Amino acid sequence: MEFFLISTLNGISYGLLLFMLSSGLTIIFSMMGVLNFAHASFYMIGAYFAYQISTVIGFWPALVIAPLLVGVIGMMIERHGLRSVHKYGHVAELLFTFGLAYLIEETIHLIWGRSSVEYRVPPSLDGAAFTLFTTEYPLYRVFMMAASVFMLISIYLTLTRSRIGLVIQASLTHPQTVEALGHNVPRVFMLVFGGGSALAGLAGVIGGNAFVTEPGMAAAVGPIVFVIVVVGGMGSLAGAFIASLLIGVLQTFSVALDYSFIDLAARLGIAIGPDAPFAALWKLTISQTAPVLPYLLMVLMLIFRPKGIMGTREG
Amino acid sequence: MAKLKYTPFNLGRWLVWGGTALVMILLPFVFTEGFTLTLMSQIGIGVIFALSYNMLLGQGGMLSFGHAVYSGLGAYFSVHALNLMAKGSFVFPVTLLPLVGGAAGLVFGVVFGYVTTKKSGTTFAMISLGIGEMVFACSLMFPGFFGGEGGITTNRVIGQPFLGISYGPAIQVYYLIVAWTLACMAAMFAWTQTPLGRMANAVRDNPERAEFVGYDTHMVRFLTLLISSFFAGIAGGLNCINYEIVTAENVGALRSAGVLMATFIGGAGFFFGPIIGSIVFFIMVIAVGAMTKAWAFYLGLLFLLIVLYAPGGFASLIVMHLPVLKARLMHRLWLPYAAALATGAVLLAGLVSVVEMTYHYSLESKTAPEMTLFGFAFNVTDTLPWAVAIGLLVGGFVISRFAWKTVGRAWGDVVHVVQRQSA
Repeated sequence: MEFFLISTLNGISYGLLLFMLSSGLTIIFSMMGVLNFAHASFYMIGAYFAYQISTVIGFWPALVIAPLLVGVIGMMIERHGLRSVHKYGHVAELLFTFGLAYLIEETIHLIWGRSSVEYRVPPSLDGAAFTLFTTEYPLYRVFMMAASVFMLISIYLTLTRSRIGLVIQASLTHPQTVEALGHNVPRVFMLVFGGGSALAGLAGVIGGNAFVTEPGMAAAVGPIVFVIVVVGGMGSLAGAFIASLLIGVLQTFSVALDYSFIDLAARLGIAIGPDAPFAALWKLTISQTAPVLPYLLMVLMLIFRPKGIMGTREG
Repeated sequence: MAKLKYTPFNLGRWLVWGGTALVMILLPFVFTEGFTLTLMSQIGIGVIFALSYNMLLGQGGMLSFGHAVYSGLGAYFSVHALNLMAKGSFVFPVTLLPLVGGAAGLVFGVVFGYVTTKKSGTTFAMISLGIGEMVFACSLMFPGFFGGEGGITTNRVIGQPFLGISYGPAIQVYYLIVAWTLACMAAMFAWTQTPLGRMANAVRDNPERAEFVGYDTHMVRFLTLLISSFFAGIAGGLNCINYEIVTAENVGALRSAGVLMATFIGGAGFFFGPIIGSIVFFIMVIAVGAMTKAWAFYLGLLFLLIVLYAPGGFASLIVMHLPVLKARLMHRLWLPYAAALATGAVLLAGLVSVVEMTYHYSLESKTAPEMTLFGFAFNVTDTLPWAVAIGLLVGGFVISRFAWKTVGRAWGDVVHVVQRQSA
């Protein structure tokens, strides 16, 4: 029970962090039709910026400044890069963001080196929030959840209640009409791209010290975020939310479970020896298969329900 | 009804192919160092891999982020076959070992391809990425087959030498690679001329219309992927012979990214594009990699510049100039080109200085702040070298913009004249 509760909490906090990334990605996708390969790179930049800023003026200013900087970088990239390849079509845009992700990783190598940096949880948040049975639950995890939920609610309110949110929503489906009504749609695109990047940057700021800040962090999270967007349904925010929590919980549980097919067979009274056919397959534990599960889920999803959990369109 | 067909003897094509073969055969006599032999062997394998990739991207319009799966699994099956051959439990000539890799690539093409090719575009890109990540994650789950962290090693010299060929010396392996490269290049070019190759183009350009004509677009994409994965597997088999070790990197995302970059830099729209791309790519990786640790940065920058300013790759830049050459107008372009080259050199010098100094600063500013760049020795913690480097970068950018404008104007004039002549 204790294991179950703690893992669920960890899974939810990880899932909420993933949602911060996937929400930006999915809004950008539904607006511009671009699956932004460099989205996880903004997450990485956010973590590195926060590390650099926090060594100078502390964690709390970094929490605000780093995402804003990342957002500005995102806007510049949209304005001067993405917009000029737009005329060559979606493949060119995908390739542009792919090259960008590669270049950002190399730039990180260039500036901060190839190993991880010491980006730590601030002392004020370092400690236990509450004790569950015998395990102390870290305060920082609670902070992560609170920040994610706060961001979530503010995005929801911005998109549904504010003027700019309504313009964004309208531009998703009817960009020509919105343009005809006198709104600057390219500028809305730029703002959305910047906003999505800033959100990814914020995820980096609060995720970078909970996990590890290293040059490989974008490549580790990036494919998972894609899986979420595909599983949730391309362009669906609600779907991305469900899929984020699903993947977060799935990954947290699967790395901790040490059961294999042999154990299951033993429960049922069948003994599988080490020299049975495909022994390598049967003796795999769930924790060993953990890295494959999200991709397996995505491939199965694309085969059986290509539009995803909540998606409305295919492909 | 008698078939009426007239194919003129295409002298140009024979010259190009014969010349390519001759260059590949004669190169080891010109460059005798071992370094260039390794480089050329890798380029040869890279050409097969990139051409097989371009079947998907260029000819079939499928952007794949997981092509290394097929070549990597081909390499793994080849290495296991080679080890079995060494034990004597499987009799097969080493010369034909890449066929084992090709067969493995084909089998996995059947397994993964049917699902992945249902859609093209973004869905295909995503699912190929997912399968690539899945296979790579599997490589750590099954250490028996994938060899875990260390990979699987082998020895390509087995049995008795046949006609003096043992594949021990690197030069013999190079000629084996040349033979396979030429054969695969010819086969893949021939494929583009077949009805299936033509249909792949049609499905790429207008799937809806192809379907109305009566073709099953899913089937066309599936068959294209099968042939592509077969050739990728051959490249994997050659890799196994060349390195005598196969590690999980062979199926990894970085390998898939590499072939995508090589193909796109060369030019996905032309058959010979990936060949140029592989040459550029491996020169960047090996030759530039030997000079600086920041080679990957330069490679990424080159890729990004190609995507932004020359989406047809180097091949399109060459093809663009053919009508100008024919109209004998190149003399109008030399001067602007020379200006662009000179200003570009300043810009490049500035960029390289800033990158190398940043790298040196972040790595060794505490222990060894002295460094040498372009023959100048200086201390990386001083201000002056930074001022010079940034000055070169900014100045180079400003004067380059002028040069680019001149080139643009001269090019516009030339194109205008060419169009008037042809009209």
